[in-house]
Amino acid sequence: MTPVSVTPQAVLDRSDELRRGLDGSFRDSMVASLYQRAGELAGRSVREQGAGKWDFDQRIDRILTSRWLGLPVMLLLLGAVFWVTILGANVPSQMLANGFFAVEAAAAGWFESMGAPWWLTGLVWHGIFRGLAWVVSVMLPPMAIFFPVFTILEDLGYLPRVAFNLDWLFRKAGAHGKQALTMAMGFGCNAAGVTSTRIIDSPRERLLAILTNNFVPCNGRFPTLIMLAVIFVAAAVPPAAAAFAAAAAVVAVVLLGVCFTLGVSWALSRSLLSGEASAFTLEMPPYRRPSILRILYTSLIDRTIFVLGRAMLTAAPAGALIWILANVQAGGTTLADRSISLLEPLGTAIGLDGVILLAYVIAIPANEIVVPTMLMCYLGGAMMMDITTYEQIREVLVGQHGWTMLTAVNLMLFSLLHNPCATTILTIWKETRSARWTALGALMPLGLAFLVCLATAQAVRLLPL
Amino acid sequence: MNTEACDSCPAHVQMAKMGVDIANCDHVVALAGNPNTGKSSVFNALTGLRQHVGNWTGKTVTRAEGAFGYGGKRYKLVDLPGTYSLLSASHDEEISRNFLLFGQPDCTVVVVDATALERNLNLVLQVLEITDRAVVCVNLMDEAKRKGIEVDVRSLSRDLGVPAVSTVARTKEGLSDLVASVAGVACGETKTSPSRVAPPAEVQEAIDGLVPLIQGMAPGLPSARWVALRLLDGDHKVREALLSGELAGLADRQRQAAPLAASRIKAIAGAQ
Repeated sequence: MTPVSVTPQAVLDRSDELRRGLDGSFRDSMVASLYQRAGELAGRSVREQGAGKWDFDQRIDRILTSRWLGLPVMLLLLGAVFWVTILGANVPSQMLANGFFAVEAAAAGWFESMGAPWWLTGLVWHGIFRGLAWVVSVMLPPMAIFFPVFTILEDLGYLPRVAFNLDWLFRKAGAHGKQALTMAMGFGCNAAGVTSTRIIDSPRERLLAILTNNFVPCNGRFPTLIMLAVIFVAAAVPPAAAAFAAAAAVVAVVLLGVCFTLGVSWALSRSLLSGEASAFTLEMPPYRRPSILRILYTSLIDRTIFVLGRAMLTAAPAGALIWILANVQAGGTTLADRSISLLEPLGTAIGLDGVILLAYVIAIPANEIVVPTMLMCYLGGAMMMDITTYEQIREVLVGQHGWTMLTAVNLMLFSLLHNPCATTILTIWKETRSARWTALGALMPLGLAFLVCLATAQAVRLLPL
Repeated sequence: MNTEACDSCPAHVQMAKMGVDIANCDHVVALAGNPNTGKSSVFNALTGLRQHVGNWTGKTVTRAEGAFGYGGKRYKLVDLPGTYSLLSASHDEEISRNFLLFGQPDCTVVVVDATALERNLNLVLQVLEITDRAVVCVNLMDEAKRKGIEVDVRSLSRDLGVPAVSTVARTKEGLSDLVASVAGVACGETKTSPSRVAPPAEVQEAIDGLVPLIQGMAPGLPSARWVALRLLDGDHKVREALLSGELAGLADRQRQAAPLAASRIKAIAGAQ
């Protein structure tokens, strides 16, 4: 019917022409009439009486988001979450480890009695299976406690209050207030945290949030922090206060991570990503009663099983790799010993050692396997040894491999600051589509981790402590 | 209107949750709404999926899709990011707006928070500017009740000119009514006549002058009136879409699209 086709430019020209004929403020008047109409409609269909629950919400908010109490309450809640996690995870972890290592011993014995070659038994049971067993027993119990508790806080509506409490800090750092939310998501998984930065509209502030998300320890790193806190911090105080001290140490590390998030955001927003923080509206949702079944589903299936599954996928090949490194010889020494002695000088310089650095190289796909890798290297791939309690681990680390408080502190720092895992790096690339930002996101934390560890190591060695 | 598929639309039928199986759907339903109004809960309740629901604003950062069946028809449900308006050009608002404009869903469910109806209605009115086919889902009725707020959905529905249903998505209250209303609108059985805010006379004149040109450029483009209004407002994104031929191309694809789903997804992927 309309064979004459109109070009887009013609439409545009006509619209510009018509627009010039209009009063420039017509948009304002249209928006105003929209709001007015919404007000009329609501007025006709809404009836309000008294306001009971509303007052209650506001009274709670007055405490949780108050100027003086907001941050301390937040720290207490965070501490309580870790305390519950540490207290609850200890015994199940040991039971799982005991069970798995009994299976390993029995199965390896059965393989031998069937006449399987020694390398097959070693690779399958002392390599792959042991790697899996460590990952599951070290990670599953803390996650199965941490994720549901964290999800309860999320469901209650506490996270936006955290963002509200931290907003002024992030604004001072030149970052977006919603970065507090993406940071909180990073506790679960940094890759998820990086994806959640999509809630930040400004590209500059979004990049800040992406590049610094790594500075909150993800769930794959919590087991490392918790183990070190229990072995080195809790052991230094009376047993009654042990769990508190361990929880406090983890909170301190997390706080340090937040400081690094803010500091690096500040530095970046005054150099590579300069600009002003943009304003935004943050809605405080009403407190809602969490639905227990959904929390269990979300936290156990969506989060725990997902994270654990990914860890196991990397743990199996890593276990095999460690076994091979520890058992294949070249020039009279095993490959593991060779790589460890290669890394040793660098490790020692920054207050760690060669084994730890090797563990971090092997654990690039997933941070979860750092501790298992370290222990497997220390114990030797072929050695049958039953290390299931924290005391036994302490004995191996301190007694046999010369760990000191400096090693523990620097490992905590390194774990907090070092490069993100491969999944997170991949996610950064997917979100930014830029090789440069991805490289910065991976290398900047690594450099920072080396610098900070070097500084503490040198300080401790120079100062007469 | 696409009504030939609806001859057999029965009045009361059981709904079936179909999860992520979104192939061969008869109708596309969009789920819009302000942040934190329980959109994801509605989505989960209808599709049987378990998209993560969190009590914080802006949680749904990607477009989730799922399906449900009702009255022998298959419906694809698209969960759009929560937005307060469709006017400014934030990323989320653009995704929502593009889907409503180019995806041309057979029905758009606008989920609103019963405890803050006035603010939520702003979005409803903006959605109704783009599409006729909408259902307003007044959610969180339980919270409203606790706060002593009553919402008369019948009068609201009358005033808006589209169906309005009260729901408590978390306990699935009112969801069967919602689905029935959605089916009615999607099939074209329920005739809607949305309430629109009349622009000032001279603006209306300008719109009337521009709409024929837009239709000449892109025959079959839905919401030509809305596009005209956005152009008169100097909306950069709409100007760009016009110049790049995106609008015209979408209109073309729209006309050829007999099986709807595939072309729509492409259209949206292109629009992002």
